[in-house]
Amino acid sequence: MALVEIRNVYKSFKREAQTVDVYSGLSMDFEEGSYTALMGPSGSGKSTLLNLIAGLDKPTSGTVRVEGSEVSSMTSAQLAPWRARTIGFVFQSYNLLPVLTAHQNVELPLLLTNLGKKERAERTEIALGVVGLADRMDHFPRQLSGGQEQRVAIARAIVADPTLILLDEPTGQLDSKSSEEVLELLRRLNDEFHKTIMIVTHDAKAADRAKAVLHLEKGVLLERSQLSGAGVAT
Amino acid sequence: MKIPFVYNLRSVTQRPVSTALTALGIGLVVAVFVAMLALANGFIAALTKTGSADNVLLLRRGSDSELSSGIPREAINIIGASPHIATGADGRPLMSPETYIVINIPRIGGDAFAVANVVARGVSDKAFEVRRNIKIIEGRRFTSGQSEICVGAKLAGRFNNVNVGDVLRFSNRDWKVVCRFTADGSSFESEIWGENEQFQGVFRGNVFQDVAFRLKDPAGFEEAKRAFLADQRLQVDAHRESDFYADQSQLLGNILRFLAIMITSIMAVGAVFGAVNTMYAAVSSRTPEIAVLLTLGFPPRSVLASFLAESAVIAFIGGIIGCLLALPINGVVTSTTNWASFSEIAFAFRVTPQLLAAGLLFAVVMGLVGGFFPARRASRLPVIEALR
Ligand SMILES: Nc1ncnc2c1ncn2[C@@H]1O[C@H](COP(=O)(O)OP(=O)(O)OP(=O)(O)O)[C@@H](O)[C@H]1O
Ligand SMILES: [Mg+2]
Repeated sequence: MALVEIRNVYKSFKREAQTVDVYSGLSMDFEEGSYTALMGPSGSGKSTLLNLIAGLDKPTSGTVRVEGSEVSSMTSAQLAPWRARTIGFVFQSYNLLPVLTAHQNVELPLLLTNLGKKERAERTEIALGVVGLADRMDHFPRQLSGGQEQRVAIARAIVADPTLILLDEPTGQLDSKSSEEVLELLRRLNDEFHKTIMIVTHDAKAADRAKAVLHLEKGVLLERSQLSGAGVAT
Repeated sequence: MKIPFVYNLRSVTQRPVSTALTALGIGLVVAVFVAMLALANGFIAALTKTGSADNVLLLRRGSDSELSSGIPREAINIIGASPHIATGADGRPLMSPETYIVINIPRIGGDAFAVANVVARGVSDKAFEVRRNIKIIEGRRFTSGQSEICVGAKLAGRFNNVNVGDVLRFSNRDWKVVCRFTADGSSFESEIWGENEQFQGVFRGNVFQDVAFRLKDPAGFEEAKRAFLADQRLQVDAHRESDFYADQSQLLGNILRFLAIMITSIMAVGAVFGAVNTMYAAVSSRTPEIAVLLTLGFPPRSVLASFLAESAVIAFIGGIIGCLLALPINGVVTSTTNWASFSEIAFAFRVTPQLLAAGLLFAVVMGLVGGFFPARRASRLPVIEALR
C-alpha cells in the first residue's frame, strides 16, 4: 500500500455560472520516503492536488487516502488534529506569523501535541538546528532574509515529525542562492531523515533535486521522469 | 490546543492607534458606569449607615416617615418605662424623644430665593449615646434650656452661618451654633440638631415625631416590637432604625441604579460597535496568518477563542482606563433631595472595589460581545481561498 493513494479523483470549481474542471479521474500513488516534484503550467491543478492531500479541500468525487485513512471523507473536526499529526505544509509566502519569533513560530505545531514545555523547547531547537538557524531563534521574521524565513517554515513543517511534507512553490520568491539553501535542506531531509516530500515548483533546477518529477497539464499527468525510486503513477 | 496569547498581545501592539481608540471608547462607558453607580451607592450608603441595627424607632401607627408621625407627650413616659430599653450609666433609659421638622435656610452664593430644605431634629441629651455614629468634631454639645444648636458636618460650605460661633436664624429665633458633628457619612450629617424641648416650643406644640431608643437585648427587636404594638395606650409602630433609613433609600437608589444601567447600556452599544470595527479590521488584515494557523491544525474554536481573547484584552485595558477616570470622583460630595423627608441630603460618591470590579467585568463583556462576530468570521475562514 502506497503512503498516498489518489483514486479516480474528479475536482471542479464552480464560479458563478462557470465550472472549471481541474481533474477528471486522476489516480496516482506516492510511496513512503519518496521526494517528488510536481511541475506544470499555471492553472494545471498543482496547488489543488496538495490541498486535496492535506485535506484542505475535498474532491468532487473519488478518494484520497493517506496512510490508509480516507482524507476525503473526514469531517472538519477530524481533519484539524489529523493534519496537525500528518502534514507539514510550506507555502510560497506568508508562512510565518510576523509577531512571533522564529522559535515561537516553529513551536506552534507542538502546541497541538501533549508534549511538555521543556520537550517542546528541545524539539524546536533541534528543528531549527536541522535547518541551520539555531542562532536565529529569537529573531522575528522581518529580521530574517527570505531564504531564512522559508527555512524556518520548513523547520515548522518538520518539527512535529509529520508523515508528509508538502511544499507549494517554496522557492518562488527566493533568489538563486537562497533557493539553493532550501533545496539542499530538502534533499537532506529526504536522504538523512527519510522524510516523504512533495514539492510544487516552476523551477527546473528545483525539480532536478527531487527523485521523481511529475508533469501536470490541464489536470492530466503528462510525463514522469524517474530519477531514483519513488513517484509512481498508475 | 491554544494559540499562544503572546500572538494576540503582540498583534495588538502592532496597531496602537486603533487599539487605543477602541479602549478609550470602552473606557468612557466604564467611567460613566462607575461614576453613576458610585452616586447611587453613596446615596444608599448614606441612608443605610444612618440607623443602627440595635436601635428602634417608634413612629405613630400607620405613619411611614418621621415627618408625618406624631407621638404625644403622655406616651413618652409609658415608653420610657419599657423593660426593652437599655439604660445609661446614670440609670435613665437610653432614649431620645425627637421633634423632626424641615426648615428653609439660604444656600451659600445664592440669591434670596435659593433656599433649601434642611432637617432640624430636636433630640434629648441621650441622643448622642443612642446614635453611636455621632462624633462632635468641633465645639461642645448644646446646653439644655438654651437656644443652641449643633450642625452636621456636610452643611458647612453649602449654607451660611453654620460654623461654630455663628448665629443661624430660623423660625423667628436666633440659634447659636455651638458644635459641628460627623455621623460616619450618614444622612445625620445633613441635619441640624438642637434640644427637643427648645425646638418643640417654636415648632409643633406638645408633640414629638418619634422616639429613638437602644435595645437592652440587641437580639430582642421582635419581642420589643410585639410589646409596643400590644400596648393599647400607645398607638405606635416599632421599626428597626437601620431598616427604616435603608428603606428610605430604596426608591431613589433604585431609580439611580436603573438610570446608570440604562444610560451606560446605550453608550455601550456605541463602544461595542467600535470594538466590532476594530476586530473586523484585525481579522481581515491577518487573513493569511489565520489561514496558516488553520492549516497547521489549530481547530476553528481555538481561532475563535484567540480573537475573542484579543478583543477582551483591548476592552480590559479600556476598563482600566475607565476606572482610573472614575476614581477621582470617590469622596466628592453632592446632594439630592431625600424623597421621604423632602429635605436635602448630602452624600459622597462611593467608588468601591466591587464597583471597580463590576466596571472591569462590564468592559470585558463589551469586548467579548464586540469581538464575537469578527472572531467567528476568523474561525470560519475558507483556508484555500485565503491562501490563493
Ligand atoms: N477556490 C477556487 N475557486 C475557483 N477556481 C479555482 C479555485 N482554486 C483553483 N481554481 C481553479 O482551478 C485550477 C487549478 O488551480 P491551481 O491553483 O491548482 O493551479 P496551479 O497549478 O497551482 O497554478 P499556479 O502554478 O498558478 O499556482 C485553476 O484554473 C484555478 O483557477
Ligand atoms: Mg499553485
